[in-house]
Amino acid sequence: MTAKILTVDDSASIRLTTRVTLANAGYAVTEAVDGLDGLDKLRAGEYDLVVTDLNMPNMDGLTMIRELRKLPAHTGVPVIFLTTESDGEIKAQAKAAGATGWLTKPFDPESLVKIARKVLGR
Amino acid sequence: MTNPDPISVFRTEAAELLEQIESGLLDLTRSLDDRDRIDAVFRGLHTLKGSGAMFGFDALAAFTHHCETAFDRVRKGDVPATHELVSAVLSAQDHMRALLETPNGDHDALSAALLDNLHRAVDGKGSAAAAAAPVAGASETAAAAIAAPAAGALREWRIRFSLPANAMANGTNPLGLLDEMRELGDCRIVADTARVPDLAALDPRDIHLAWNVTLKTDRPRSDIEDVFIFVMDEMELDIAEAAGEDASAAPAAASAPAGAPMAKAVVVTEREAPAVQAANDARQAKSAENVRVPAERLDEMMDRVGELVIAQSRLTQLAGTAADLGLRSVSEEIERLSGELRDTMMVLRMMPVASLFSRFRRLVHDLSRETGKEIELITEGETTEVDKTVIDRLADPLVHLVRNSIDHGLERPDERIAAGKAARGQVVLSAHQTGGEVIITIKDDGRGIDRERVRAKAEASGLVQPDQALADQELLQLIFQPGFSTAQAVTNLSGRGVGMDVVKKTVEALRGTIDIASRPGEGSQVSLRIPLTLAIIDGLLVRVGTGCYVIPLSAVEECLELSLEDDLRSRGRSFISLRDSLVPFLRLRELFRTGTTPDPHQKVVVISTGAERVGLVVDQIIGDHQTVIKSMSKLHHDVATFSGATILGDGSVALILDVTHLVAAGQHQEAQLRAAG
Repeated sequence: MTAKILTVDDSASIRLTTRVTLANAGYAVTEAVDGLDGLDKLRAGEYDLVVTDLNMPNMDGLTMIRELRKLPAHTGVPVIFLTTESDGEIKAQAKAAGATGWLTKPFDPESLVKIARKVLGR
Repeated sequence: MTNPDPISVFRTEAAELLEQIESGLLDLTRSLDDRDRIDAVFRGLHTLKGSGAMFGFDALAAFTHHCETAFDRVRKGDVPATHELVSAVLSAQDHMRALLETPNGDHDALSAALLDNLHRAVDGKGSAAAAAAPVAGASETAAAAIAAPAAGALREWRIRFSLPANAMANGTNPLGLLDEMRELGDCRIVADTARVPDLAALDPRDIHLAWNVTLKTDRPRSDIEDVFIFVMDEMELDIAEAAGEDASAAPAAASAPAGAPMAKAVVVTEREAPAVQAANDARQAKSAENVRVPAERLDEMMDRVGELVIAQSRLTQLAGTAADLGLRSVSEEIERLSGELRDTMMVLRMMPVASLFSRFRRLVHDLSRETGKEIELITEGETTEVDKTVIDRLADPLVHLVRNSIDHGLERPDERIAAGKAARGQVVLSAHQTGGEVIITIKDDGRGIDRERVRAKAEASGLVQPDQALADQELLQLIFQPGFSTAQAVTNLSGRGVGMDVVKKTVEALRGTIDIASRPGEGSQVSLRIPLTLAIIDGLLVRVGTGCYVIPLSAVEECLELSLEDDLRSRGRSFISLRDSLVPFLRLRELFRTGTTPDPHQKVVVISTGAERVGLVVDQIIGDHQTVIKSMSKLHHDVATFSGATILGDGSVALILDVTHLVAAGQHQEAQLRAAG
């Protein structure tokens, strides 16, 4: 079955790139524009992977990750966050919030697909 | 589904971000310590930097990075927000606009001056040290480090690892890690159950196992470490080479920080913004003139407008028979307004074909490299606007057609020179609007379609008989038959399972038509005629027996009476003579097996698709009718004669005739009759 991926980013261009990349790799992609929107979509449906930005208006990525870990349907779902910084602090914070892995911006489409394959196992 | 060009989306987005940043900065000049404004400006700069770097605006990203850093420091309370800082960022923000508009321009001197100004505002002194920009060209990504296979000698590794207890809850799948290791080479995995607690104490959501793995691989140690890249920090990992010499290095791997393999860039610390940003009005209030609306909302609105048009036509009908003059004038007013509303709605859904064409630059560039052919792509009429759905659905067919032109049409440079042409081949993509249709053409100046090969291929696959005479156009149309392909070898450009038949079907599903023209040695041209909009059409309402049917008005050429002469002659062959040419006709009464007695004066509606014409014989022509198309249910998706249905003013249903199918049926009937006699 096609894996369902939710991408959460306030930047339309990043959302577009992410969606096109993942859709071309054969995944079903749903988009959300910020943490709140993402959480709404996570409450409404089930996803196999969440790819989220951290820095967003209305609700940031860390809060969203913490909240989504409380949802029974998404306790164990892989969550990849996008970050422009490559230092350990933000990664440690995101890991503590419940993130599975990360991808450093700018990323090329291939890296995103590799990461998705890695954490989804397909 | 097609997608707009990410770079143009980014430009729009960046322009909006810059406006937000500007308005946030201007607000800050009034109240310097407004936390929400500071956060909003920081976020805007942060997004601009991140997206800019994604889409190749490296200078913009690097420059923005410094402003972001400055604001980050303000946000964290390291430095105060001052008027000097705000105005330094304001002038920097104007410069960002320039970097966005002319990314390749020479901006270095101004960039340096502005940054100096910025650093002076932050620290009270200019700082040359900050010039080391971490963003530009920083492509060290986690994934880049994940799999860079480097061939080496086969080595055997002993790996022992255990994961943090909560790893599964955080989305790490231990099985996935084991699978990844299996991909590296020959792998023997033994689970260590020593730490599994008693049943009473066991939490099934936690991980209690450790694993011992013997792995034979030619990959370097870093590839094994990369399997665990996301959990490296919290896990126990021991990697030792079985053969011995590398064993002492193993513990170091376990303690290496997760980011170590790929983190080379200068690091900017960043704390998270406050948990929930209550007010981000800077974004909403003063955003740009562009409002982004999800496509589904537009579709929803289109449906409502469609229903309104139906209700309005019922009102018009009722008012027409009522004596109340007031009612009539209101009804006319509503008719006018709903017409205008419909037109406005149509315009909202229109997108320039530029968004469709822009993707071909890259495609042509890539194909040019793959095939070794020199290709120039020329696009014309990019501002022509078409319904969004049309754009979405046409993307794949167009890609196929362009690929075809390049793969089959254009010759290699040496062949072209030998044929007396310029070495560089041309592919022209153009769009223009005529009436209610948009015509998209893909033209190349290549070798043209090889008729003999088409013929041979068609005979080989049984599409035509060896002795069957075919007109040139009929021969060319063969390439639209399912399973037809003249490529001698299936190259990796064409022959991807999408054939011209799929292209044709897609175009027909959009109620469009496809035509092909080709001159040997000079090139080929494929033209798609697509109606501008899909949801509402102008139709000609006709009656056949007791049923009403709608013929799309754009396909109607003319209406005439079926003369007795033509009627009688048609007993043998169904033709009418129309200004010296014979047009085959179909009797819809026969086609629909209508039982009632025919009207004494039968009418003919002549419809056409491109070059082909067919007459449809009906009982009565009622008049033109604005038709809101409702698609047929899945149960009826294989009904070929009708393309949809519509609701008439009195609430009854009329089916919409599928013009393409009927013309083909009429031509087929003609061909059969010709063959018979």
